[in-house]
Amino acid sequence: MPELNLTSAPAHLRHGSNIGQPLTRRDGVLKVKGQATYAADNHPPGMLFAVMAVSSIARGRVTSLDIAAAKRHPGVVDVMTPDHKPPLAVDPEVKTNPFVFRMEVLQSNEVRYANQPIAVVIAETLEAATEGAVLLAPRYEALPALVGLDAGESYVPPVVGVGNPTENHRGDVEAGLASAEKQIDATYETPPQYHNAMEPHAIVAHWDGDHLSIDMPTQGLMLSLARIAELFGIAHDKIHIRSPFLGGGFGSKGLMAGPPTLGIMAAKLVGKPVKLVLRREQMFGPVGHRAPTRQRLRIGADGEGRLTAIDHHARTVSSTFDDFYEPAADASHTLYAAPAIRTSHDAVRVNTGTPLFMRAPGEATGSLALESAIDEMAWACGLDPLAFRLKNYAEVEPITGRPFSSKALRACYEQGAARFGWAQRVREPRQMRDDAGLLVGWGMGTATFPALMFQAEARAVIRRDGSGAMEIGAHDMGQGAWTALAQIAADAVGLDIDRVDFKAGTSDLPDAGIAGGSAHTATAGAAIHSAGAAVIAKLADLATGDERSPLFGAGNAGVIARDGKLIRRDDASRSESYADILSRAGLVEVEARGTGAPNPAAMQDYAMHAHGAVFAEVKVDPELGQVRVARMVGAFAAGRIVNPHLVRSQLYGGMIWGLSFALHEEAITDRRSGRIMNANLAEYHIPVNADVPPLDVITVEEHDPHVNALGIKGVGEIGITGSAGAVANAVWHATGVRVRRFPIKIEELLTDL
Amino acid sequence: MKQFEYVRPASVAEAVAAAARPGAAYLAAGTNLLDLMKGGVSRPDRLVDITHLDGLDRIERLADGSLRIGALVSNADLAHDAEFARCYPAVAEALLSGASAQLRNAATVGGNLLQRTRCAYFYDTASRCNKREAGSGCDARGGENRTHAVLGWSESCIATHPSDFCVPLVALDAIVEIEGRAGRREIALDDLHRLPGETPARETALEPGDLIVAVRLPPAAREFAAHARYLKVRERTSYAFAVVSAAAALRIENGRIRDVRLALGGVAARPWRARAAEDLLKGATPAKDVFREAARRALADAKPSGDNAFKIELARRIVVRALTLAAAGTPARIPALPASPLASTSGAIHA
Amino acid sequence: MNHSISLTVNGARRDFVLDDVRVTLLDLLRERLHLTGTKKGCDRGQCGACTILVDGKRINSCLALAISHDGADILTIEGVARGDQLHPLQAAFIAHDGFQCGFCTPGQIMSAIGMMREGQAGDDPERIRECMSGNLCRCGAYAGIVDAVREAQAGMDESNQRRSA
Repeated sequence: MPELNLTSAPAHLRHGSNIGQPLTRRDGVLKVKGQATYAADNHPPGMLFAVMAVSSIARGRVTSLDIAAAKRHPGVVDVMTPDHKPPLAVDPEVKTNPFVFRMEVLQSNEVRYANQPIAVVIAETLEAATEGAVLLAPRYEALPALVGLDAGESYVPPVVGVGNPTENHRGDVEAGLASAEKQIDATYETPPQYHNAMEPHAIVAHWDGDHLSIDMPTQGLMLSLARIAELFGIAHDKIHIRSPFLGGGFGSKGLMAGPPTLGIMAAKLVGKPVKLVLRREQMFGPVGHRAPTRQRLRIGADGEGRLTAIDHHARTVSSTFDDFYEPAADASHTLYAAPAIRTSHDAVRVNTGTPLFMRAPGEATGSLALESAIDEMAWACGLDPLAFRLKNYAEVEPITGRPFSSKALRACYEQGAARFGWAQRVREPRQMRDDAGLLVGWGMGTATFPALMFQAEARAVIRRDGSGAMEIGAHDMGQGAWTALAQIAADAVGLDIDRVDFKAGTSDLPDAGIAGGSAHTATAGAAIHSAGAAVIAKLADLATGDERSPLFGAGNAGVIARDGKLIRRDDASRSESYADILSRAGLVEVEARGTGAPNPAAMQDYAMHAHGAVFAEVKVDPELGQVRVARMVGAFAAGRIVNPHLVRSQLYGGMIWGLSFALHEEAITDRRSGRIMNANLAEYHIPVNADVPPLDVITVEEHDPHVNALGIKGVGEIGITGSAGAVANAVWHATGVRVRRFPIKIEELLTDL
Repeated sequence: MKQFEYVRPASVAEAVAAAARPGAAYLAAGTNLLDLMKGGVSRPDRLVDITHLDGLDRIERLADGSLRIGALVSNADLAHDAEFARCYPAVAEALLSGASAQLRNAATVGGNLLQRTRCAYFYDTASRCNKREAGSGCDARGGENRTHAVLGWSESCIATHPSDFCVPLVALDAIVEIEGRAGRREIALDDLHRLPGETPARETALEPGDLIVAVRLPPAAREFAAHARYLKVRERTSYAFAVVSAAAALRIENGRIRDVRLALGGVAARPWRARAAEDLLKGATPAKDVFREAARRALADAKPSGDNAFKIELARRIVVRALTLAAAGTPARIPALPASPLASTSGAIHA
Repeated sequence: MNHSISLTVNGARRDFVLDDVRVTLLDLLRERLHLTGTKKGCDRGQCGACTILVDGKRINSCLALAISHDGADILTIEGVARGDQLHPLQAAFIAHDGFQCGFCTPGQIMSAIGMMREGQAGDDPERIRECMSGNLCRCGAYAGIVDAVREAQAGMDESNQRRSA
């Protein structure tokens, strides 16, 4: 990987502090010039191309592969199969920790889902490898595929999501429902969805003796490194992973999956660098997806429109060989102040790749069902949807009774509604049309996402030339780590951002944890903040303990770091530059490390969530059923905003995912074969530019003293929640038709004659 | 992609000779063929590249008032030809509603006519498909077939033809000029695509080696310019195939429909000309009731081939809408969202 | 069989021997000429990440056989800026945050250049959205893309007017 040449944007704003400023992306110039190097852009000398052959059956076993035919094709070098592959140090079926998922790396002939890798063809050219994979012409012994939410006997999984209890309750739900004046009992279905980052999973792997060099997009450098070390039986320090840019991740590049592992195996097999890139259709299987759900919501409300109970049950699926359960019902834990809440899950096993975290796992699916049901209840109670939500506003977290660390949701409702013009809404559905006769509907949804913290470490350096460095193996999936974390770093070491050499994206840097759970900026940011404070403390020790320094005697806490200087807190006229301090001390540099981690005490005492309110206007052709979102307004309170420019983009992106959830996205599985019939981007619809209306994002001021040192809550996922519900509720308001199976389809909306 | 022999003929005659051999296929832009080859759906032994042939990329007005469009004219060049868009607005609108700007820049007129179905079971080489492999069976029947045919299908095949362009062309009696081993001939576009019957693999009336060299619009086609629309219901606002579509073209004189053309897309293995509906409309005064009756007639023979009964009702509705819009008059400029029912989303909202 | 072809790529004539007729323009650029700015998102003409200009028109390079384009003039993202001087669209994409992960960005920018040359969209945001719908962005940067296109277009119109005045 060439040295990254990040540039700050021309003429960005600067008001003394870096955090909070809308800097444009420091990797922007690289990206607009096509110079940002994604994994598949690498081409070490002598590199060969590897292409996976994948299964066309969903269950059974491979009985034959025509390896000879593949090898006869000019340029084909080798074919890796279960009988011909380098050994692994551990059984890929063994789960050593909850973040290890079983993967298919040619350990047997068994097929557990369609699109499972069954062989890898390695060739001198991409064309030869691609055709070689076709020439394998696999034969199978197929068994009946398990497909859909009713595929078999249901069971209660031990946990859902990442270690959440399968069931939760507070209060007496049945009594609450029995006493209710109004009841809603509705079942919602959400389809399987696939992350489909624009960048397909890719790896360039190169063995040099027992050293392994890897270019691969990953949201978890150290988790990947540890898994690779374990699989191949090599020491951590023999592995170097570069992941400076991800072409989108959304959860699918968080954990080491089968395909990149196969790339490493292929490189080992042939003794040359190998590039393996997934074909788009191969993204529908071995690299995770969002499981389908069927959610039943029973809600009760009294005569005043106050909730008496919420019972939220979610059915989901996992694979036949591993466990991940979309924690959909958990969405009902935090938002509405029902005195009785019960959430529960069950599941069936199907022949798919194992489901995985996909942007707001559980929150996205659960929020859509909950927000739809709340909308139905508001209507049943004769209340405006916003008024109903305010009436049931949770002052403490309903499922636990804990206070919120901060919660500016009321302000989100107010500001969002004002910007949208919600007060003009007519309560009855199907009352509004535009000039062209299209039905118009307004809907809203509440957004929520937990403010999580993982573990991270950072290393800060101050150099004798007065510059600084901050090192952290952080990941930029598009959220803007190269910029936002560098802003935090600059403030942490008291330097202008251009004076800080910010390093990220490789596995030889301190462990930044995982870029997931909307927690990366908070976690990595906390580590950076703490490393910066530690290095400044060392510098302060040097200065305040040296009588030649104008800061002598000020004490460590008596100085602050700003603009490359330590300044006396009580006398700003007395200061000394970093350069002077270090050169007098005869030091080339000082360095220190810092960590970011959750605060267990705060987690015990407080419920920590970001919140938001999303308002949507849709237009529906009353005769032809086609829908288009006309505008959306989202108001979000997510603690401290590090960079409003990037945060707005993240929230826009989430809102578009919500729109897509409500109206477009769905993997269609053949009920007989278990194959996904729209494993392409022509028919697996994600929104195009013309689907996306003018969007408006308001970031509501919120100070949270408890979540972490910087008060950051994270914005990566919250945008989906609330948005899908807002669009769905707007479709109801436009048409009077309540669609409970998503995405909403044309045939549901053929209303006018 | 299978290895193939690449042939670049110097003349149409050479092209025909080269393509007449078994296993040969013509390559124009390749926007559909390469997709099919990458998916293993088409595995030709030989590609005959016609893109370097002279004289196939012209749009010519003929003496009799016909318009002759060379087979290699790109979809975009045709749609953006101002004279063409003025005379045949529904065709231009259909072109611009198809695929993406990039694909329209590359894709040719001839290639558009010959694009293959988007049936997922045709594309999925592990599925049985009588169109891809004669006699193998049809997994679409009984499968995920929500968007499949409601007209003209058979037990052997329920696929639809995906072209937008062909729908108004069929309505306007377009003629296809073909160069074959026996020389030049021409057929009505309406006769180019075959219904599946027992032999869905045989998709068109073309013989081995036949090369579409031009599409001709007869003189009468331009008489509908004032009242012509193409309308397309999609599952996203742009860059999506039609669930159903319709082209409607009217000649209105003294408040009466003097002549009318109507065709449907996305409903059958070929663009579906609705002649019975046209007969009903001729001489009528444009009005919702008669449009509805025309729609009923247009879909009289429709039946679901799976989970797609809604398409019959949707097709009726789109016929009514297309006729209504056509009667209202061709807009001065092609709408911002060509062929979209949501194209005219103006500001004001009324309770 | 080897075929000699020549292309003009970003202004420079390139002659080479093609050892495989199956090579697409996209794979030629990426894997043989090592011009990796052009991205492969789907390889089937369904995402637009591989958009380049061929003879001044935007197309999906994944669905174009290199051999069939013998003699063509090709512009890729690498040929858009003049050294450090960004094309107005590139600058506008940065200013309006018209991307997040950046993977679709080269295709978006090439598509926008092609669209401006086509001259069909004008300044109408609705037409820009429609005309840019051949470029998927999974991060959802569409709003910034439309703003960037409008700004760049306005700036270029203005400078054209100045030049002709």
